[in-house]
Amino acid sequence: MIAYLSNVLDAPRPSRRGFLKLSAGAVGGLLIGGMAPRSVAAADEDGSFAMPFVHITPENVVTVVSKHLDKGQGTATGLATLVAEELDADPAQITVEFAPADAEVYANTMFGLQGTGGSTAMANSFQQYREAGAAARAMLIAAAAEAWGVPPGEITVAAGTLSAGGNSATFGEMAKAAAGLAVPAEVTLKTPDQWVLIGKDMPRVDVPAKSAGAVGMYGMDVQPEGGLVAVTARCPCYGGVVASFDDAAARQMRGVVDVLQIPQGVVVIADNTWRAIQARDALEIEWDMAEAEARGTDALMEEYTALLDQPGNTAIDRGDSEANLANATAVVEADYAFPYLAHATMEPLNITVLYDGETAEFWTGSQIQTLDHNVGAAVLELDPSKVQIHTKWGGGSFGRRATADSHLVAEAAMIGSAYLASQGEARPIKLVYTREDDLHGRYYRPLHLHRVKAGVDAEGRITGWQHRVVGQGIMIGTAFESFTVKDGVDHSSVEGASDTTYDLPHLVLDTHHPSVGTPVLWWRAVGHTHTAYVMETMMDELAEAAGQDPVAFRLAHLKNDPRLAGVLTLAAEKAGWDQPAAEGIHRGVAVHKSFNSYVAEVAEVRMRDDGTVKVERVVCGVDCGVAINPDNIKAQIEGGLGYGLSGILREEITLTGGEVDQFNYPDYTPLRITDMPEVEVHIVASAEAPTGIGEPGTPPIGPAVANAVAKATGQRIRSLPFTKHGLA
Amino acid sequence: MVTFTLNGETRQVDVEPDMPLLWVLRDELKMTGTKFGCGVAACGACTVHLNGEPVRSCQTWIEDVEGAEVTTIEGVDNKAAQAIQAAWVELQVPQCGYCQSGQIMQASALLIETPKPSDDDIDAAMESNLCRCASYARIRKAIHRAADIMEA
Repeated sequence: MIAYLSNVLDAPRPSRRGFLKLSAGAVGGLLIGGMAPRSVAAADEDGSFAMPFVHITPENVVTVVSKHLDKGQGTATGLATLVAEELDADPAQITVEFAPADAEVYANTMFGLQGTGGSTAMANSFQQYREAGAAARAMLIAAAAEAWGVPPGEITVAAGTLSAGGNSATFGEMAKAAAGLAVPAEVTLKTPDQWVLIGKDMPRVDVPAKSAGAVGMYGMDVQPEGGLVAVTARCPCYGGVVASFDDAAARQMRGVVDVLQIPQGVVVIADNTWRAIQARDALEIEWDMAEAEARGTDALMEEYTALLDQPGNTAIDRGDSEANLANATAVVEADYAFPYLAHATMEPLNITVLYDGETAEFWTGSQIQTLDHNVGAAVLELDPSKVQIHTKWGGGSFGRRATADSHLVAEAAMIGSAYLASQGEARPIKLVYTREDDLHGRYYRPLHLHRVKAGVDAEGRITGWQHRVVGQGIMIGTAFESFTVKDGVDHSSVEGASDTTYDLPHLVLDTHHPSVGTPVLWWRAVGHTHTAYVMETMMDELAEAAGQDPVAFRLAHLKNDPRLAGVLTLAAEKAGWDQPAAEGIHRGVAVHKSFNSYVAEVAEVRMRDDGTVKVERVVCGVDCGVAINPDNIKAQIEGGLGYGLSGILREEITLTGGEVDQFNYPDYTPLRITDMPEVEVHIVASAEAPTGIGEPGTPPIGPAVANAVAKATGQRIRSLPFTKHGLA
Repeated sequence: MVTFTLNGETRQVDVEPDMPLLWVLRDELKMTGTKFGCGVAACGACTVHLNGEPVRSCQTWIEDVEGAEVTTIEGVDNKAAQAIQAAWVELQVPQCGYCQSGQIMQASALLIETPKPSDDDIDAAMESNLCRCASYARIRKAIHRAADIMEA
């Protein structure tokens, strides 16, 4: 653990800046529009109306300020929809900007710090952003009432226009007057029957630009005047450090400005990315491997497998699984292995830093702005008020941009500091990861082993379930440990299993979390990526052992979870589960709850002549509460299951002697269009509060496909990826 | 000095002959529409048209571009590209969007060659372009939609 981290959570919270120039007093908790009652909205010099979540310019542009990173999941559009709904804005007048780092105003209300993750963006914003829109609307109405001398109740608002009698005005025309008014202490939100945007397919705010080159949108596209590029040579094994290096050849190369040593390695600074990479290749570095992780995958598998025989820390222990397994008429025992996986975002990691000794600015796809902000300040020993985080659109994340150690910001800060010390001048420097740096550079979904023994009785009821999980705990040793690690069990390794809602009165689950140097991280849907695979393939095996239909067997064990049963029933019905499958098609099903959403997937597969599997179609049932944007929900389920399918077919990170074996896409192989199935998504109509959608599509696909393969071949796939078994 | 035509305009650059076109575009000419994804022609994010053919700019040396016509996402405006871009918006294809410049350049080249592609044609042409958000189902539909737009 790098020393700066001890300061991170204790560091002072960032001061309020930016949008809130005239507000009164300190604020906390959930406030209307992010503002204290009776505070007033600010008027910018240009006559704009400015509240923390909503700006309106005299030119009639409504800017929704997103506290969340949008890295493809559609959150920016979701937040814009909530504001536009209550504001009665015209969607065409809406733009979205990312908020500055300011945890007082922009905290994720489920985290207490500003950050995006756990598929919480819409869930934690649903009330807050609607209230912001409603407050702004009330203030525009108040301004119009005053201007026209009519009671506020006579003013109607529709599609961005205020009107009463013969008077009408755009929001922009009332922005300046509204800006001086008090924020209402209470607002009345629309009832669902009054919604005109929520529940409709509002087009995404970012799609037109992303269909025209997305020029300048991502961190990688930050090109400030006079900017330089940095690439870092890092030790091939985690924990190794630079012993010595020779940069004579690199310094002679065209465009190279400097070569710097920082704790993370040796940094080449150049005027062009390619030149920086070429010069890095010319470095000669001796590494001190004394403290480096030296174990390879084989050694880890051996150690983990031995731990499967040892009792671990108890995650859950109810009933008497041992005695009840003894009463089973059929028992299934199975071991499972899940490899390390890389996120492999299409946009390689990058961050631009500008540090002049007194202030620092960072431009990046920041996912946990509060940590990034505090780490930047801590490394540079600056007051957080002197540090700015400019959040850029993320070219994917899948968890990769949210690290408890903010290692990217820390590295950039050290480069900015080292450059200033070396050159005596401040220049913007963009730290770029190459694809090799990314795939070879750690922070993986952890390798996990599972062992399950479960049995059914003559009536087809599950009698007992014994389950052991071995794998690095993602949160252990991080600033998040206190949130999720209890009694030595990291919940992120067992979520989706220890809290299963299947009727299992006799369940025991314990864990081992071996300490391994290679850093690990949440990977889209986190623990659910392996627990759902185990739970749902085991449920299939138990159904088979009981001689029951897989859907009926699950439903019989889901009496206490009607929403999970509901999506399973929906998907089965839409897939025609009770009808014979087409010639050559084999079906498998899985259902799983994650991030408070419920997803069932029926996979239809065909075995190719070469023995590999092709998933032809997936039919999904989804319950995520209020469907704010059905088309975006469909997109996230399509993409989420595509990501999960990618994970089970060919993806695997392995280590030899502590060094990762994979470098680039030729040896790490994500899903391509040729393996993408048709996807059909059916959404349950619901009045429940909205829940996650970025991740819940991912967990069920692996077991659904594996169950279909078992149907086709009789083979139960218990170690991933499928390439190990000639299936991909 | 290398001279070539970029989006219809003559450009001259004074760089190493083996600098990839990708980095000439992005870092020398400051045109960020063409994306860096892998550097080894394995992901397609950097796809541009070289004399009308889709190529990976990360593996195209600038010396080989002498006298050639290069079109990037910023400049592509033929009928196929217009249809592709319209279909991309209509079917809401992009998620993170980072690969989409390359997808659009690859798909528009396909439609020029094969105005009415089958699913197999689409698979063959688009297999070289990775999308980590797995927007592939929509990419396939949008290419068919673009073909219809072009025909209309």
